[in-house]
Amino acid sequence: MVLDWLPSVLIAATLLLAVVGAVRRISLWRAGQPDQVDLIAGLMAMPKRYLHDLHDVVERDKYMSKTHAATGGGFVLSIALILLVHLAGIDSQILAWALLFALALMFVGAIFVLKRRMDPPSRISKGAWMRLPKSLLAFSSAFIILTLPAAGILPEGTGGWVLTLILSAVILLGLGEMLFGMTWGGPMKHAFAGALHLAFHRRQERFGGGRSTGLKPVDLTQNGQTLDILGVSKPKDFKWNQLLGFDACVQCGKCEAMCPAFAAGQPLNPKKLIQDMVVGLAGGTDAKYAGSPYPGKDVGNAKGGPDQIITNGLVDPETLWSCTTCRACVEECPMMIEHVDAIVDMRRFLTMEKGDTPNKGAEVLDNIIATDNPNGYSPASRVNWAADQNLPLMSDVKQADVLFWVSDGAFDMRSQRILRAFVKLMKAANVDVAILGDEELDSGDVARRLGDDAAFQSLAKRNLEILSQYSFKTIVTTDPHAYHCLRNEYGDFGSDALEGVDVLHHTTFLNQLVQSGALKLEAFSGGTVTYHDPCYLGRYNGEYEAPRELLRSLGIEVAEMERSGFRSRCCGGGGGAPITDIPGERRIADMRMEDVNSTGAELVAVGCQQCTAMLEGVVEPRPEVKDIAEILVDQLIEEVH
Amino acid sequence: MQPEGKRQVQDHSLDRSLDIVSLISIGQHPQSGRVRRAEQDGRAVELGMNLAEKHTVLHAGDPLQQALRSYAGMGLSEVQVLDLGPRADAVPALVEYLQDHRPDIVLTGVRAESGESSGMVPYLLAEKLNWPVVARVADIVSVENGVAELLLALPRGQRRALKVPLPFVATIDNAAPEARQSAYGPGRRAQVESLDAVIEDDQTRSDWVEAKAKPRPKRLKVVKAKTAAERFKAATAKPQGESGKVLKDMPAAEQAREIFDLLLEEKVIS
Ligand code: SF4
Ligand code: SF4
Repeated sequence: MVLDWLPSVLIAATLLLAVVGAVRRISLWRAGQPDQVDLIAGLMAMPKRYLHDLHDVVERDKYMSKTHAATGGGFVLSIALILLVHLAGIDSQILAWALLFALALMFVGAIFVLKRRMDPPSRISKGAWMRLPKSLLAFSSAFIILTLPAAGILPEGTGGWVLTLILSAVILLGLGEMLFGMTWGGPMKHAFAGALHLAFHRRQERFGGGRSTGLKPVDLTQNGQTLDILGVSKPKDFKWNQLLGFDACVQCGKCEAMCPAFAAGQPLNPKKLIQDMVVGLAGGTDAKYAGSPYPGKDVGNAKGGPDQIITNGLVDPETLWSCTTCRACVEECPMMIEHVDAIVDMRRFLTMEKGDTPNKGAEVLDNIIATDNPNGYSPASRVNWAADQNLPLMSDVKQADVLFWVSDGAFDMRSQRILRAFVKLMKAANVDVAILGDEELDSGDVARRLGDDAAFQSLAKRNLEILSQYSFKTIVTTDPHAYHCLRNEYGDFGSDALEGVDVLHHTTFLNQLVQSGALKLEAFSGGTVTYHDPCYLGRYNGEYEAPRELLRSLGIEVAEMERSGFRSRCCGGGGGAPITDIPGERRIADMRMEDVNSTGAELVAVGCQQCTAMLEGVVEPRPEVKDIAEILVDQLIEEVH
Repeated sequence: MQPEGKRQVQDHSLDRSLDIVSLISIGQHPQSGRVRRAEQDGRAVELGMNLAEKHTVLHAGDPLQQALRSYAGMGLSEVQVLDLGPRADAVPALVEYLQDHRPDIVLTGVRAESGESSGMVPYLLAEKLNWPVVARVADIVSVENGVAELLLALPRGQRRALKVPLPFVATIDNAAPEARQSAYGPGRRAQVESLDAVIEDDQTRSDWVEAKAKPRPKRLKVVKAKTAAERFKAATAKPQGESGKVLKDMPAAEQAREIFDLLLEEKVIS
């Protein structure tokens, strides 16, 4: 065939350029801070993580998962075979046929991508992404024609040099997108960065179902002179694998669609935030961004670079303070990106370096530091709520089966009703329980989410110090935020106070009591009931079942909301959001109450005092809001002795 | 939080070579009793930071006291500390420092949150320096040609404008702008510079015995208000002396006489 060397040269040339691009891209990520990852083990684990963890998320959208399997699988296979058939020039009909099959698979997949792109949902980005299906089609169809002779279907040299030239042009288009674009910032970048992100993820333990966050304690130990800037001020202050993670974003907007702050019209869109981080790590502006903006803010004005302060022109601090840390975005992201950790990293800089926590932030932090509770109550009044509860104090009894971690709900009259209900249930089940009383301190949850890791660490260490003086088998709390801190975040401080201790949420604990028959309950006869999953119980700790089982044990058939379980919509109360109070068009709690209303429920069961407060803050008429402990206590059959 | 924008709006039209010393003490949280940045002293520092380019933040006491870091966290590059033992009197050391440095304005809180909390320090300093004291300042609006224009805080949010020639001692009222948020990082990094100082034992203080205050029963205020508006007024009113009098446009000697007579009449002196 005349000019038959042309395609192989093109393949070789784009491959070379792709390698150059890859090196360049990697150096952009390496501008970040070092992080401990086992590179080899990560790479080895990558295929499994792709097929298992990533695919589990993609599988929630059956259409997309099949499309991606065909397109992506077809592409990877094709590239491997193209190298053999067209570059190495191996003359084998079997290989050629296999290649044809792979290309056909990719072609069919690409048709479906095209179809989805015909009428795209608002969450997905347009721009360069709109040409991707066409590039996929160009790539696969051109190589199909090019491979036909090798498979013996067409005679060699069919079409002469004119066809070869046309084909080469199409191949150039396709190869350009698929290989060159992959490492030079085109849409296909997601395959390259995404694969490596799976291997070198900041939070390796998440692939084993780990419940951590990436919020590692900030190093505060270099007291005095040489203390570094705390938190993330510039893109290069992120760990290198966080930068890599941002680069893996496919702009699918699944995070945007789930984000309560976005829906409430607050100036936050997790997808845009991640794209702004990409602008930051590569340098430039957001002019090319073709997705939904931060509500109320125009696209095109953000500028940044690896060495420029993020909140000076790239991201408005308001964006960072709008997040409720509900993790709906993280749960939904097919690329396993960790939005919340990045947001808190940047908040750390704003709070600990700039002293710029909005609205009530400064006051709450001052209170936490001075009184160990966010409202500045006297620390000596923490146990007042239990004056009539006849609860033993750990300082007196030194040991008990169960330590009840009361949390700051102790200071709040509404929350005290939940505490009392829970105590009554424990007493009915003859649980050997004690509390810390005034020795307990705020868990540090709010301080940490507001970026004051110094205050968090001080609280965590002092709490652990107190806990280590007593012996107990189980620690149980009605507050999912304290639960998360105790269970997943206190482990970083080298204390054995919680070693071998079961840390439980009260719904889990109560469920154990009910299932073992220690609590006698009569059936619930009220109206329809729905259940709101607290973010810090569900997404953060994976407990979806115990609360539901408890409700079932009362004969309640939960009328599920459309967004429940791992897709539960936040009440708006997490991450210090009610404290920083960034204005939007709606209130998140109101939206959640609409979700409740759409089930026709008369009662919404919750498992968190913060959710209770947020949902009860919605104006009446609205369904009643009760903690599960309160619902149970009303159905308790008290045995008369 | 004191947003950047807000500070720029208050145009103080100031002479930038103005030299201010803000005196800071160790505060005490009313609920927990823990050391902290004192409310009023924090406001004094805030005012000082907004007013002067040459602003010295000065403490007389222990340079290792952690609460100093929460002042430093407001963005101070350094805090000066006259290193005194726990039994020493702050006044002689401060007087010596101020006589050496002769700033234009000394800012303090109205009274300390711990210790004797007598509110006497600004008066004792002014007496020794022979400067006027301006009590309960809400804001310093401008300083021009050696004269400062101040706003004094009066009950019920009222203000009185006042012109005072430099130098003077001003005590800062709770009505002054709130101290900005203290950030941990800068607070840690700031230099605490320890200075040698005259040490005189505080005789009065060491004679005192400290005991926990016992809450005393409160007399109930009987409000004979008929309308909601009256009740609101009664609830929010601060007790106000009815016989108050503003002395101006008369010779200083006569003004002093008036004050002297009043003090006699009220049996403050005899
Ligand atoms: S961050 Fe994740 S969920 Fe959001 S657009 Fe990017 S890939 Fe999609
Ligand atoms: S954590 Fe929740 S509020 Fe924050 S960006 Fe993600 S979805 Fe939005």
